[in-house]
Amino acid sequence: MTKEFIGKRIKRNEDPRLLTGQALFVDDVDIPGMLHAAFVRSDYAHAKIVSIDTSTARQMPGVVAVYTAEDMGDEWQPGPPLVSPPPTVEDVVFHSRRQAPLVKDKVRHAGETVAVVVAESRYLAEDAAEEIWVEYDPLPAVVDIEKGLEPNSPLVHDDLESNLAAHLSQEKGDYEAAKAQADVVISKKIHIDRGAAAAMENRGIVAHWDEKGQLLTIWDTTQAPIPIRNGTAARLGLSENQVRVIAPFVGGGFGPKIMMFYPEEMLIPWISMKLCRPIKWIEDRRENFYATTQERGQVHEVEMALTKDGKILGLKDDFLHDTGAFDPYGLTIPLNTQSHVMGPYEIANFSSEFKVVFTNKTIVTPVRGAGRPQGVYIIERLMDAAARELDIDPIEIRKKNLIAPDAFPYSHSIIDQAFAELILDSGDYLPTFEKAIEMIGYRQFIEQEQPRLRAEGKYVGIGITPFIETTGVGPYEGARVQIEPSGKVNLATGIGTQGQGHFTSFAQIVAEQLGVDVTDVRIITGDTAEFHWGTGTFASRGAVVAGNAVYAAASGVRKKVLKMASKVLDAPEEELEIQDGMVRVADIPRMSISLGELAAQANPLRGAVEPGTEPGLEATDYFGPQYGATAFGTHAMIIEVDPETMLVEIKRYVTAEDCGRMLNPLIVEGQVHGGVSMGIGNAYYEQLHFDENGQLLNASLADYLIPSSMEMPPRIEVGHAETKSPLSELGTKGVGEAGTIPVPACFAQALENALQDFDLEIAETPLSPNRLYELLYKKEQ
Amino acid sequence: MSDLFNLSLTVNGAAYERQVEPRLLLSDFLRQNLGLTGTHVGCEHGVCGACTILFDGEPARSCLIFAVQAHGHEVLTVEGMGTIDNLHPLQEAFWEAHGLQCGFCTPGFLTTLLPFLEENPDPSEEEIREAISGNLCRCTGYQHIVDAVKLAAEKMRT
Amino acid sequence: MKPPPFEYYAPTTVEEAVAHLAEHGYDAKPLAGGQSLIPMMNFRLAQPAVLVDLNNIAELSFIRPGDEGGLSIGAMTRHQTVEKDALVAERAPLIDETMPQIATRQIRSRGTIGGSLAHADPSAELVSVSVVLDGKFRVVSQKGERWVPASEFFLGLFTSVLEPEELLAEISLPPLPDRSGWSLMEIARRPHDFCLIGVVALVTLDEEQNCKQARIAFLSAGDGPMQAQNAAKVLEGQPFTPEVIQEAAEVAVASDIDPSSDIHATADFRRHLANVLAQRALTQAFERAVGN
Repeated sequence: MTKEFIGKRIKRNEDPRLLTGQALFVDDVDIPGMLHAAFVRSDYAHAKIVSIDTSTARQMPGVVAVYTAEDMGDEWQPGPPLVSPPPTVEDVVFHSRRQAPLVKDKVRHAGETVAVVVAESRYLAEDAAEEIWVEYDPLPAVVDIEKGLEPNSPLVHDDLESNLAAHLSQEKGDYEAAKAQADVVISKKIHIDRGAAAAMENRGIVAHWDEKGQLLTIWDTTQAPIPIRNGTAARLGLSENQVRVIAPFVGGGFGPKIMMFYPEEMLIPWISMKLCRPIKWIEDRRENFYATTQERGQVHEVEMALTKDGKILGLKDDFLHDTGAFDPYGLTIPLNTQSHVMGPYEIANFSSEFKVVFTNKTIVTPVRGAGRPQGVYIIERLMDAAARELDIDPIEIRKKNLIAPDAFPYSHSIIDQAFAELILDSGDYLPTFEKAIEMIGYRQFIEQEQPRLRAEGKYVGIGITPFIETTGVGPYEGARVQIEPSGKVNLATGIGTQGQGHFTSFAQIVAEQLGVDVTDVRIITGDTAEFHWGTGTFASRGAVVAGNAVYAAASGVRKKVLKMASKVLDAPEEELEIQDGMVRVADIPRMSISLGELAAQANPLRGAVEPGTEPGLEATDYFGPQYGATAFGTHAMIIEVDPETMLVEIKRYVTAEDCGRMLNPLIVEGQVHGGVSMGIGNAYYEQLHFDENGQLLNASLADYLIPSSMEMPPRIEVGHAETKSPLSELGTKGVGEAGTIPVPACFAQALENALQDFDLEIAETPLSPNRLYELLYKKEQ
Repeated sequence: MSDLFNLSLTVNGAAYERQVEPRLLLSDFLRQNLGLTGTHVGCEHGVCGACTILFDGEPARSCLIFAVQAHGHEVLTVEGMGTIDNLHPLQEAFWEAHGLQCGFCTPGFLTTLLPFLEENPDPSEEEIREAISGNLCRCTGYQHIVDAVKLAAEKMRT
Repeated sequence: MKPPPFEYYAPTTVEEAVAHLAEHGYDAKPLAGGQSLIPMMNFRLAQPAVLVDLNNIAELSFIRPGDEGGLSIGAMTRHQTVEKDALVAERAPLIDETMPQIATRQIRSRGTIGGSLAHADPSAELVSVSVVLDGKFRVVSQKGERWVPASEFFLGLFTSVLEPEELLAEISLPPLPDRSGWSLMEIARRPHDFCLIGVVALVTLDEEQNCKQARIAFLSAGDGPMQAQNAAKVLEGQPFTPEVIQEAAEVAVASDIDPSSDIHATADFRRHLANVLAQRALTQAFERAVGN
């Protein structure tokens, strides 16, 4: 039997390079003759550009070129839409408005690109950028999404009648009829504000147009090198084979690195072709706060109709979604919110309408969670309110409504982000939910610990939050697997890596199929010259979509190996086994051949290759899921609140995850830990504060508060369940976003539980000590 | 442009002499002038810790030191700790405990921890968390880093 | 985020340094540890034309015993050196306790005590601590030197009595009176962030364990270190009962501090926190004084 690697805690192939400073990140690319770009960005959130004076800047030392929109002439055009609007829903409204490489008429958010300087160094480029004088005619800014839809609101896009970017309604059953039969109806208005992804590596691009070779090479911190290659070729009038996009090691993605096309992504390659010089632009942290996409701003008005014993009869959720100044990412986020607001619960009657609103703020595209945390927050806040109203234990009311194991595949009967029916492929929710309850010791805490600590004057509380995560959406990914004469195996796939461990988990899949060691599999990800097809790393889909493509390609090579070895060893395929880099006849060790030798024989220098066969031990294959695989999990936490200082300490944190079959539990746990830290940020630390003029007030890591080691709980205990997805051979589901999604909901629940004496009701996130103080002591606000 | 200054310093045990503009940040000097790109730049305002190096043995933000100020001093970057084939026990421990994901912040953690573990060979989890509190990581949630430091302490003691 | 160009001088003596400052006046800025100045330059919020780097001036880095059990610290002594110094621990336990609370280790390895004080940030620990400890600062220029009490040194937000041609050279701290206790408490979003509010208290007891003297200052509660003189008056001559402590805290909040609002905390919340923290800090300081 071949050695098993899938499901093992295997340390990562990519780490030695990363640990020694030998891994290539975009900013490490250094090409002789390279120039550096710096941008002039809008100081205003909303203003007409009256004039731009670049005359001084052009004369500054080291300056090679300065460009404004006007300098681009006919080559100025907005970026392509990234995700098309939904074709399948009646009465859908969608106004596509996309960002341009440089602003022409008016700026629509602070930090928009107005001009670019190219100079011998970044220092000199910044010196010159300071000397570009832009005269603005400031306009009132659209900041608040509710006000943005009022009739007298200023307009972000003057050619539209309002700031409505999109409008979509979805219905299931008959909510009003359900409400009429309900014993109780809970209603709430819930506010969710913006945060940043704040990957430790900012964005960056190096573009190198080789005039003699007629080749454009781009190193880009993108999560989607192949679409960037295709779009760049189209924009610049090049063949796709003339453009090579490399996403090398990328220092964290979390969603915003798949916004396409960023203005800088359109400009830097264009400038490289204009000047025939390599150009580097590395985003700095301040730019990252203004120019890299953000997420989460929504306002919900929601109602839940229940029987008196806590069975949900119906749910109605109408909400506004802030898309910022443009909407290149279509409806992915609000559709995800809709898809998760029913969550893991059986809800027969559902009505939801959303309006997407343009504002004079940074563009919104998915950030780890992508609309899902909002959906989970909404439903879970209502579950807690219902439990309180009906005096039912918050665990029991959830159990009562969880989708039963025999109901899968379960259709929520609405469309999801892929514009397909939202079907939950598989699951067994109750055991995972109960696992988290048991791990955190819910009963013991509620019945003994909490009363004891309360008597000591301590305010401790518990939250337990189940959630679903739709993952692994299409359309497809591909992979090519090839055995070399050295016996080592090459694997190429189109998706890029931002720390997820692809060099290891994909190697495990290949190694198990081909009987080699995990360290003998060399992986190339994110280089369009190595693999032509694919979409990208997003929506927790790497292990599902690319993983199964890798599996398919590796299986294809395995078949070729067995077929060829059968001939060479003169033994039937069924009697062959592949192990330790050798193919051998089972039980007859001397009848064997190494994979390397077989690979050499498969690529002969002389002789004839049989018609209908291919040289080499190589296969390329693809995987496109029928629909997404849906993961499930439950998070639980115990917190202690100091109601004098409003400081909150997370004392315990527990998760039970069911992400289908795990490729590498060590990596799964790492994903969960990191996700939880971002979720804790979303719950209590991270908020982007815009003033009424659309100015971001905390554009630095000193004021935008990413959790450090001190804000994290002492330990995140991760429990696992495995309900394999029936949609793929590997049975995997995604887990990249799972850690983040339920945290704000769970935190709010724990906070209310800890502060029962104060009759606190939380209907917003993120929170902060200051906000908690207002909620506790300033009720009228 | 302002005058260039002669700068002689030792980096990872090797002596270098270069001419630099006084405003050049040490982080940029190491990366651009010496090609030591293992030192990463994450915020350039002294919060994230990715650019941490050892300056005369003490962890410091290389984005908050001008290169010219390193004249006559000794700098250690991640490249000076171990090689791919001969990892430092601290690097090995990060590998074994899955103490890194995207790896961008990692060099700053390693340089911060090196003197910490020399001063405190058997730290508690609380002490470890305090020690790394000046380094931000967005991927790991810090738990596997804490585990890695405990493991490294064990390795380095024996 | 690259700093703008500047002229650079790296003197090795105080004499040379003050000569550069005298020559360049308002155009020049002394560069101490650089942990506040360089970030501001990277953001191009500060664009000094001339930097006078003090890091090579050995005579500014020292810790030595002062008169009658006091302590004297050179302005260019790094936070980390102060933090690890045995004489500081013995003679200035409040300073010893303060040091690890300042920023992070990577900042403390570079940052200097004089740089922090001259920066005059109202949220900086050493600013309020130096006032409460009744420190004195030796200020030098080409014209000579002068001693300025800490309580008169800070004029407002990032503003001190230092003239452009002057340099902060030395910090002198008197010995702690007998039967004294101290406390430094801060509320910050993350432990190493600028605090939302902080309080430093030093109380001295008389023989009946009543308050003989109280020195209190608040961090992040106004344009400078906010000395709570009214609160101190409430305490003087009184026993440290919870009622007296509460009254002192309330008086401080009502009349000694003047916090403002920002994205992290409203003035109202800061007042609330100041009240909570003042009570906790005074209680701790009193308990320690009883033991001393």
